[in-house]
Amino acid sequence: MLKDITLGQYFPGNSVIHRLDPRTKLLMVMAYIIALFSAGSWFSYGVVFLFLAICIKISKISLKAITRGLKPILFILIFTGVLNLFFTEGTHVAISVFGLTITWEALERAFFMVSRIMMLITGTFLLTYTTSPIALTDGLESLLSPLKKLHLPVHELSMMMCIALRFIPTLIEETDKIISAQKARGADFETGNLVQRAKALVPILVPLFISAFRRADELAIAMECRCYQGGEGRTKMKLLRYHRLDLYSFGAGGCLLIAVFVLRSFGL
Amino acid sequence: MSQAIVVENLAYQYPTQEQEKGTYVFEDLNLEVEQGSFVALLGSNGSGKSTLAKHFNAILLPSGGRVWVYGMDTMDEDRLIQIRRNVGMVFQNPDNQIVANVVDEDVAFAPENLGISSAEIRQRVDNALKHVGMYAYREHAPHLLSGGQKQRVAIAGVIAMEPRCIVLDEPTAMLDPRGRREVMETVRKLNREKGITVILITHHMDEAAQAGRVVVLHKGVIKADGTPKEVFSQVELLHELGLAAPETVELCYELNKEGYDLPLDLLDTESCAQTLYELLKA
Repeated sequence: MLKDITLGQYFPGNSVIHRLDPRTKLLMVMAYIIALFSAGSWFSYGVVFLFLAICIKISKISLKAITRGLKPILFILIFTGVLNLFFTEGTHVAISVFGLTITWEALERAFFMVSRIMMLITGTFLLTYTTSPIALTDGLESLLSPLKKLHLPVHELSMMMCIALRFIPTLIEETDKIISAQKARGADFETGNLVQRAKALVPILVPLFISAFRRADELAIAMECRCYQGGEGRTKMKLLRYHRLDLYSFGAGGCLLIAVFVLRSFGL
Repeated sequence: MSQAIVVENLAYQYPTQEQEKGTYVFEDLNLEVEQGSFVALLGSNGSGKSTLAKHFNAILLPSGGRVWVYGMDTMDEDRLIQIRRNVGMVFQNPDNQIVANVVDEDVAFAPENLGISSAEIRQRVDNALKHVGMYAYREHAPHLLSGGQKQRVAIAGVIAMEPRCIVLDEPTAMLDPRGRREVMETVRKLNREKGITVILITHHMDEAAQAGRVVVLHKGVIKADGTPKEVFSQVELLHELGLAAPETVELCYELNKEGYDLPLDLLDTESCAQTLYELLKA
């Protein structure tokens, strides 16, 4: 039952997007988000949408995977849409039924808000779908490394993320085992009200936590045995390097930003 | 031949929170391990074998006496990294010693810590993975591998430091027979081909029988020390210490009780079967 949880949801592949440096992808997502929130008209939305569509196309990620990713936020989308539909002031009445009026302005605004959220989520999904978690951590560490000067523990943070990602499957497997073991002794997780069910989780959580602490202890000793002494003087096997491809995509990202800002200055 | 590890009058006491004296694990332990040898460390639960192993790479420091690792005192903090890169350690549970979520990234962990250049790390990682026969799996996720494979990855992670000595603390305890065989073959190969000193802590007598030297530890005292044949033929002593001899020796021992006169140093099935065959023929 816990096997279905996938974190990071990486789809291995060899497309142009897959091969980009993780730092490039992170920066591109940032540029994309800025462009998305600066866009204010049908035309500039169109430009951003086109950019996203091209990226999806060359990443070879199936549309099905993307729509599946959007499912969990369906409620938020509907909620935003409905709110904007009824609570936007406007003069041009489009429909009026049972005393409720929906104006053209509201329709337009609702459409913008919903598509903005959808495009935001899709854009960030594209990042996690095409970048392995470890590359993502490496990229983040490298991008944040200037903050080391401010004594921020950047290396420690990325190490923690890396270890957390490494142990998610192990701990999920362990949780499954504990659940089976408790069920075999007659534990009941499926019936009862919410409070009873929450209480039933205690016999799962306690052993899980104890074992996680024991694992952490053993891992710490194993890391010490392998000469771990923090980020100081540490090197990397897989160096991050910008290639020609990254240069092109920076160009594309720059064009997107410029296009959106130029359109904005013309009031479009 | 030079000594890899020298333990001199080692005393160790687990630190306790109260002021009162904690129990001593060792009071006066002496042991020398030759470079390039294959030593099996045996002992029942609580005999102190894991505690002793942790002294070999300065995870634990002696309360009294000295531990010398390639001429370096483990108490010398400046030499800590030198000591640890020379004496690698592999633990029981492979899951708890794999750090990264890609096999080659994990093997690269130790050399990365040592600050080696990336080209050389790549080389070391590939070599280490080839040595343990896991090169084909270098891009796999560790949690999808079998227990024996994971343990071999853990061994590769240690030999990527290019240590002169490896200490294995019950590396096969959590593995199925197939995984055990894989790991033991890898360990023997490292000892034979790379000349790495191996100290193997184990519960399995048949594994200890493959070593060049067997040391039996009981309540912090060395009770027997010698070649597998010398140690395992002392069946009564082993029984007294809560251990068993390899099955072939046990068989001969039981038969001897019934009045036969069989040698007690037949460690492999083949020679035992041959002896019994000759006995029955006569």
